Amino acid sequence: MNRIKLLLVDDEKPFLDTITKRLEKRGMKIQAAYSGKDALVELENNKAIEVVILDVKMPQMDGVQTLIEIKNRFPLVEVIMLTGHATVETAIDGMKLGAFDYLMKPCDIDMLVAKVKDAMEKKRKHDEKIMEARMKEISGRMV
Amino acid sequence: MEQSLTDRKAFYQILTRKIMVLILVVSFSPMILTTGILVYRFNLTYTEKIQAHISELVQKHTQNIDTFLSEKLGNIRYLARQFDSKQQSPKIFLQKNLGLLKKEYGDVFTDLGLVNGNGIQFAYEGPFKFENADYSDAEWFIKASDKPFYISDVFAGLRGHPHFIIAVKITSNGSDYILRSTINFGAFNSLVENIHIGKTGIAFLINSKGKLQTQTNVGLKQSIIASMMDSDCYKNNETIFAKKQDALGNKYLCVTSRLKNIDWLMVFRQDLNDAFRDLWKTQLLALAIFIFGCIAILSVAFTLPRNIVKLISSADKKSEVMNKQVVESGKLATIGELAAGIAHEINNPVAIMVEEAGWIEDLFEEEDLTGSENFDEFKRALSQINTQGKRCKEITHKLLSFARKTDSTVNDVQINDAVKEIVSLTAQMARYNNVIIETNLNEGIPYIRIAPSELQQVILNLINNAIDAMEKSGGTIKIETKISQIEKNHLVISMEDNGPGIPKNNLDRIFDPFFTTKAVGKGTGLGLSICYGIIQKMGGKIDVHSQIGSGTKFRIWIPFQEEIIEVTDNDSESEIQGEKT
Repeated sequence: MNRIKLLLVDDEKPFLDTITKRLEKRGMKIQAAYSGKDALVELENNKAIEVVILDVKMPQMDGVQTLIEIKNRFPLVEVIMLTGHATVETAIDGMKLGAFDYLMKPCDIDMLVAKVKDAMEKKRKHDEKIMEARMKEISGRMV
Repeated sequence: MEQSLTDRKAFYQILTRKIMVLILVVSFSPMILTTGILVYRFNLTYTEKIQAHISELVQKHTQNIDTFLSEKLGNIRYLARQFDSKQQSPKIFLQKNLGLLKKEYGDVFTDLGLVNGNGIQFAYEGPFKFENADYSDAEWFIKASDKPFYISDVFAGLRGHPHFIIAVKITSNGSDYILRSTINFGAFNSLVENIHIGKTGIAFLINSKGKLQTQTNVGLKQSIIASMMDSDCYKNNETIFAKKQDALGNKYLCVTSRLKNIDWLMVFRQDLNDAFRDLWKTQLLALAIFIFGCIAILSVAFTLPRNIVKLISSADKKSEVMNKQVVESGKLATIGELAAGIAHEINNPVAIMVEEAGWIEDLFEEEDLTGSENFDEFKRALSQINTQGKRCKEITHKLLSFARKTDSTVNDVQINDAVKEIVSLTAQMARYNNVIIETNLNEGIPYIRIAPSELQQVILNLINNAIDAMEKSGGTIKIETKISQIEKNHLVISMEDNGPGIPKNNLDRIFDPFFTTKAVGKGTGLGLSICYGIIQKMGGKIDVHSQIGSGTKFRIWIPFQEEIIEVTDNDSESEIQGEKT
């Protein structure tokens, strides 16, 4: 199985750094972004990113706005929302807007990993289906 | 606070006084004016009427007496003209004419007599033997000699009982005679005695010297009669009406009228009390009504403003409590927001700490530290950090959830959850005060439609009060929720502590706003009052039982809709059906 390519978005640098290390240790390839804008730039540059972990509460461009933008421009990327308790409602809103799931801070690392894997699987299956459809189209043309 | 309270009291007092004065002025002035004018006018009219009535009566009688006298005088004068000493003997003349007069007028003329110039009555006809009586010294004779006719005052004379004389001068054959006749006093007296008004109204005649000319039933002293004499009485012929006071201080009415034929006065006397009795009765009645009206106005003026002001003050108090509630809930909302902010800010560092601990744990797996003697200690410390991190998370989450709910939006609430949330919030504080909170939350309590934050405010308040009460001694708070057995469709939350209890005197007042037993500045005295307001708004009720030394029990009843139970019943039915199929 390929290493999961993950983008972590949070304005809290220490949190982001530690969690990056811990996830890398669990065999994932991590990109970090410290704001919503950075995240969008990162996604633009690195098309291989499959899953985004997105903090809801960020200065300037908050999680929900970032999510809308991501889903607009990169519809196939799966997003997991990370939230404090007070913003569960916004996390739910986020899921309605197409986020894969949400997690509450501080979160258990194993749970996070599990959710990321689920998201990745969904994304890969989705990709496969798209590939199959394309293949059919191409093979259909050949016949 | 106290300042404003005294200010308000002064304001209410001023208000009371203003309303009172207004009522007094507005009701008294027209009443006094109306009563005064009416009584005055009535008095005037009635007095005039009485005066006119008596005056007329006296006048009429005066005329009657005048007529009587002039008629009798006329008779005698006629007789005098008839007399001719040459034609017949005087004796026979007198005899014949007295007979005629008696026939015509009854017993009015007592006797007839002829007196010569020397005052010797040479002829007499009557019941007495007065022939040759000598009248030369008699007053009437002296007066009658100068005038063509004369009517004497009443006097006793020769016969020894009162009578009066009509004397007419005759000039016949060159010598003067006087024809005199005695008038029956009884017949004359009855003319005057007929005037009788009320109890004390009497009439009598007096002569110019103030001597009584008629008999009266009432004994009148000479001095009293003299006092009635007035110089004015003789000046004109008019009837004079006067109010006087006698020596004894009795006020009386005095009406005098002068006779034309003789120098006598007709006097009518009546006590004022008697004459105006009807008027005074009316005045007394009016006075009674007036006093009654005054009392009524006064009582209204004193009670009404007080009641009005009481209403106003209670309305003021209510609105003040409302204001306090608004402020209080606003404060709570602010605190909620603050708490939310703090919780969120703490949440992030805690998350980082937990992550760092996790990272160390991850690293331990790589390093081979099994040989290290402190390896177990490291592991324990890390797991402790994890545990405490989770505890922090729990606390912040509770704070956040409480903060989020400090609004009064109505929701379907399961009270057990609300109670649990508050209990866990206060658990820490309770522990510090050696208070144990026990809960007995029965299952199957229906959801109720209320504002959850308000209910939590009530429970929080009651728990805080209980903890405050048991601050020194410590104790137990038992919280129980169940469906009420007493009230239909109500659930009941009871909260019992075993603290010092509430004194009986205070028990009635604990729900009053601003009632507090805490030190100044420690309590607003609004907590329970707000609770009461909230429970009332929910359509529920709250009561309290307390026993000094053994504790206090609050019970809150909140109504729930029956449909909710029915729905759950239906659910259970469908479940049973589901099992069957």
